[in-house]
Amino acid sequence: MSAMSVFFEVPQAAPVAVFKLSQDFNNDQFPNKVNLGVGAYRTDEGQPWVLPVVKKVEKVIVHDDSLNHEYLPILGLPDFRSSASKIALGDDSPAIQENRVGAVQCLGGTGALKMGAEFLSRFYNRNKNTKTPVYVSAPTWENHNAVFANAGFEDVRPYKYWDAEKRGLDFAGFLGDLESCPEHSVFVLHACAHNPTGTDPTQEQWMQIAEVMMRRKLFVFFDSAYQGFASGNLDKDAWAVRYFVSLGFEMFCAQSFSKNFGLYNERVGNLTIVAHDADNLKRVLSQMEKIVRTTWSNPPSQGARIVAITLNSPELFTEWKDNVKTMAGRVLLMRAQLKTKLQALGTPGTWDHITEQIGMFSFTGLNPNQVEYMVKERHIYLMASGRINMCGLNSKNIEYVAESIHEAVTKVQ
Amino acid sequence: MSGPGSSPNEKVVKQNEDPGDPFSEFTNAHVPAGSPETRLLSAFKNDTHTRKAYLAGRGKSAWKTFELRLVRKIKQQRSTDPTSRPEYPSSLGLTEFTRRATEVALGKSSRAIMEDRVLGVQTPGFTAAVRLGAELLRHWYDVCAVWSGPVYLSSPCDDSLAGIFQAAGIQDIRDYYYWDDTQRNVCLEKLLEDLSKAPQQSVVVLSASAHYPTGADLSQNQWAVIANVIMRRRLFPFFLLPPQALCYGDLERGSWPVHYCASQGMELLCAQSFSHCFGLYGEAVGHLLCVLKQNSLLFSMESQAVKIVRSLWAQPSVGGAHVVATVLSNPGHLIEWKEEVKCIVERCMLIRELLRERLRLLGTPGCWDHLTQQGGLYCFIGLNGEQLEFLSKKRHVYLFTSGCLNVSAINSRNLDYIVESIHLAVTTSF
Repeated sequence: MSAMSVFFEVPQAAPVAVFKLSQDFNNDQFPNKVNLGVGAYRTDEGQPWVLPVVKKVEKVIVHDDSLNHEYLPILGLPDFRSSASKIALGDDSPAIQENRVGAVQCLGGTGALKMGAEFLSRFYNRNKNTKTPVYVSAPTWENHNAVFANAGFEDVRPYKYWDAEKRGLDFAGFLGDLESCPEHSVFVLHACAHNPTGTDPTQEQWMQIAEVMMRRKLFVFFDSAYQGFASGNLDKDAWAVRYFVSLGFEMFCAQSFSKNFGLYNERVGNLTIVAHDADNLKRVLSQMEKIVRTTWSNPPSQGARIVAITLNSPELFTEWKDNVKTMAGRVLLMRAQLKTKLQALGTPGTWDHITEQIGMFSFTGLNPNQVEYMVKERHIYLMASGRINMCGLNSKNIEYVAESIHEAVTKVQ
Repeated sequence: MSGPGSSPNEKVVKQNEDPGDPFSEFTNAHVPAGSPETRLLSAFKNDTHTRKAYLAGRGKSAWKTFELRLVRKIKQQRSTDPTSRPEYPSSLGLTEFTRRATEVALGKSSRAIMEDRVLGVQTPGFTAAVRLGAELLRHWYDVCAVWSGPVYLSSPCDDSLAGIFQAAGIQDIRDYYYWDDTQRNVCLEKLLEDLSKAPQQSVVVLSASAHYPTGADLSQNQWAVIANVIMRRRLFPFFLLPPQALCYGDLERGSWPVHYCASQGMELLCAQSFSHCFGLYGEAVGHLLCVLKQNSLLFSMESQAVKIVRSLWAQPSVGGAHVVATVLSNPGHLIEWKEEVKCIVERCMLIRELLRERLRLLGTPGCWDHLTQQGGLYCFIGLNGEQLEFLSKKRHVYLFTSGCLNVSAINSRNLDYIVESIHLAVTTSF
């Protein structure tokens, strides 16, 4: 028998940058180390936070005899799907009332993107047209590329988004790409709190984007991972999604409840589908079932139950909104304080972008050398892009971080 | 009996060739026929007959006691545990879970484990484990050869398997002879014939125990012969181990073929489910393990598995895996769980005995020995399509379309009616 493995030439894949960063942070012995890498919420004590409402609902579930542990239907828990879609589109959404909104419960936001991508690669823009370009923002969450590529799309391209020089949205570039791309291209839009830049289009800019997309028949695929987290207000954070729906767009919206429910490890996601009419919706859902059947077959129930119970109870819903405000509020506080401290230190450059940007992340504008300095000399871990997770800041480390940024900017070119 | 890889009828509701059609982006999506199970369940739900019986479920009812006692206790502990952290788990899943899951499939003293050449990945359920295995094969099976199949599935097999491999990009799906209608058992001769003709580097999907849908398993001697052919022909075994302990009530016996092949130094994939044998159906607890020939390959395979997982579901959910890991690592819990499994298995065996005995007493034509020769939750009754239709339409007794039934759904209240129904199905001329 051959002693050679059939896998003998499998190369090592590059580690996932953000998790490698966390690993390096964990291995670092420096007492004042700071982790500004991974996108998860942390309290002022630097700890992960189980939302009080989640704790409450978990207890309810564990003591509920009537809950059975059967497989969930393939498309997921019905209560979860409908309430999750309502959160994105609004209770009074005309699209919901017209019965043309459906959803698929998925394994986190990633799973929702995956299901949407798989569907589009089979049925969008004529059948099996995997040459249809898929546009993702430059920069974007690094996993967007992999999800669409693995779903079979051969042409995943960037659209202009971040202007490094002016530290803001390259709106002209964005519009330019929208005008010049092939018709029917798919565009992945961040519903709010753009990852990694924290820079969102204004309402006027969204209106212009929508106009071009409608005119050029581009497909709208929203990625909504931070609803509630950006401004602290669910409706405000969903404005862009709802605006597009009001214009009559058909679209997909991949929702994640990892951040706004703190359910990172229960993998709670929802792909909301807005179709032209009920008949189209029915057909889409039936095909989605087929796709789900070959991926995970039945989604896990725990996280979906927690979200469904919370969203469907007025008291719990209010408590949840409060918990979300707490998280968003802490982030806003850290933003304000960081900017103030940098200004007080007289750190060269403008730091308005820290408070103008929104959500968990800030694109600091530090260049790779400066980032390396931060990591190696100051033991402050951030992404090579200069992205920091504001949640990693707290009252105990913010001075040190501000000073370090100051040092980096003044000492390192 | 459904053959593997058969595609459902697709009804084109509205087809419009023009992509510029203003009506809908989704015009090209037509309605596939619903899955056979969905239709069956639907028919059963709409059936108003008082004696209707649904024997095509997945067996949750068997677990009521266990679930109420131990599982709930563990879940309660977790919900009050101050050290449990809500953050992203590794893409590979919970370490304690993958460790135990691997041990349960290969045995604690497995050489492959001791030599650290086993990759274990937690997945959201059994289907996901098969999918991940399929993706790993498609991307990395013999990099030089640009492998794209074939994959051999047993005839019959779970009708969702072909679709999973196809979704992973492997189109060349074939079948090998397994169940023989006349013998009402596995026909080893024809099976070996098919495997001997398979091209080198074919992947062969094998049920380690409790074959679905037939419930007919191979003996240890037969496995040894099959393993030989696999090695000689340089085929790659992909084991399915969904209800591991539920066949014989014995974890080791259920995974024996996997132990054996690993002990022969073979590389293999094995997809496991812990949904069935822990009554955790809603929690999607699966595991994929890959036994490698060399430990030096482990890191690269692990990194590639992570990369693939990132594009599928990023990370698995932890709740169910935590329960399984807790049970498997605690001797007290383990005993309690094994007792529960034993009860369920004994009950299934009893029902099979009763079925066989009652049919014999009624003088139902045919040989029913296979009912007690098979093991596990599922039983291949051996009825044809017309007989099955008779059962559901005239007697309101619903079996899987493959002719398989869930033994644990039979109880003292419906046993007589079911036996009578089977008798009528067999004796009525169509």
